[in-house]
Amino acid sequence: MRNAVVTGWGKCVPPGVLSNADLETITDTSDEWITTRTGIEERRISHVETSDMAAVAGLRALAAAGLEPGDLDMILVATCTPDRLVPSAASLVQHKMGAEGAAAMDLNAACSGFIFGLVTAQQMIAAGGFDRIAVIGAEKLHYFIDFTDRSTSVLFGDGAGAVIVEASEEDGGVRSFDLGTDGSAADILCVPASGTEGAPTTDRRTVIQMEGPEVFRRAVAAMGDASTRVVEAAGLGLDDVDLLIPHQANIRIIDATARRLRLDPAKVFVNIASYGNTSAATIPIAIAEAVEQGRITPGANIVLAAFGGGLTWAAALLRWGARVEPLGESDADLPESHATGLELMQPNVDLYGKGI
Amino acid sequence: MERAEVEAKLTDLLVDELGLDRDKITMEATFEEDLEVDSLGVVELLMALEDNFGVAIPDEEAERITTVGEAVTVVMEKLG
Repeated sequence: MRNAVVTGWGKCVPPGVLSNADLETITDTSDEWITTRTGIEERRISHVETSDMAAVAGLRALAAAGLEPGDLDMILVATCTPDRLVPSAASLVQHKMGAEGAAAMDLNAACSGFIFGLVTAQQMIAAGGFDRIAVIGAEKLHYFIDFTDRSTSVLFGDGAGAVIVEASEEDGGVRSFDLGTDGSAADILCVPASGTEGAPTTDRRTVIQMEGPEVFRRAVAAMGDASTRVVEAAGLGLDDVDLLIPHQANIRIIDATARRLRLDPAKVFVNIASYGNTSAATIPIAIAEAVEQGRITPGANIVLAAFGGGLTWAAALLRWGARVEPLGESDADLPESHATGLELMQPNVDLYGKGI
Repeated sequence: MERAEVEAKLTDLLVDELGLDRDKITMEATFEEDLEVDSLGVVELLMALEDNFGVAIPDEEAERITTVGEAVTVVMEKLG
């Protein structure tokens, strides 16, 4: 069996912090309202583009894997907020990483994108055509947020995370997966204007729009059911699961999903308080932090689960390989910035405060 | 299912799934005011009702539920 083992991991979160207290100064909300309903205390606001964060996360993951950029043969960037419509963010990432030998493409399955990408990489490696793939989740969501809409402005943040997946005879990699899409519910979580349907107007805006309660309900059911299916498909029971790394959209969704699975809360990885929902980036950022915190041990059975616009849902049973200590450390970093999250949000405040 | 049985099962659900204080749960208690269940909590309650009683409660009927007793009544109607 030609396995696709995760051999490197890395994250890149921009330095600008936007706290709940900051949000209180620009929209009608409160720290108490946000924390009880979402579990989010602060989020990061990027001073650079999506591909900049993605490239740094990718280089850090490469260093952890003990590889050079020239070793990669494919870069998959899961994002719904690319720098440009054309070319892909992945093209820009390839150049910024100095990985000229790698083919590169984007993949958009919204918040489920990283798991879609990881499964794609595993299938490409299993089929024999590729040996070393960087799978990166990266988003600059704040560009698509209307701060006057308090139901969405408090939820999202910017950031990137990456893993390196390598062909190996070692026991590890994606053991089972469950990917799904329900296009009939495309409108309950979307950015309506920014494609061929038309340019932004007062009715059709380039901002995230979401029917919160309906998304909540579907997310809990889909993430719980998909997780159950991948555990069963891998021939395991829920007791065999060492760690659940759920998409970090809302602490209440995470808690409800864990309850639905009857999973011990100690086996659930949560870092939403620090970053909010960074869409396709939440899971790779969480993987990097879980390894750093010693929450992932060699051979661990990890369930990844996500849900997002599309609607899409995804789960995978990822068996971790032997490596839990990075082989190296990258000195790659974002250009320095001392701007606060609030200062970086100012263009949004100026734009949406007046109404488009 | 008898009404008393539904009441007991619903009370258990509110304690186990929504983390509510058992002592505060009466049939007259309102979700929003007395039990401080927010909008997402109502969604969680509906999902718990559907999962545990095997009944589907459409949004328009769910919107009419304000007290614990009314939730029991809706579940009883659905169970026929």
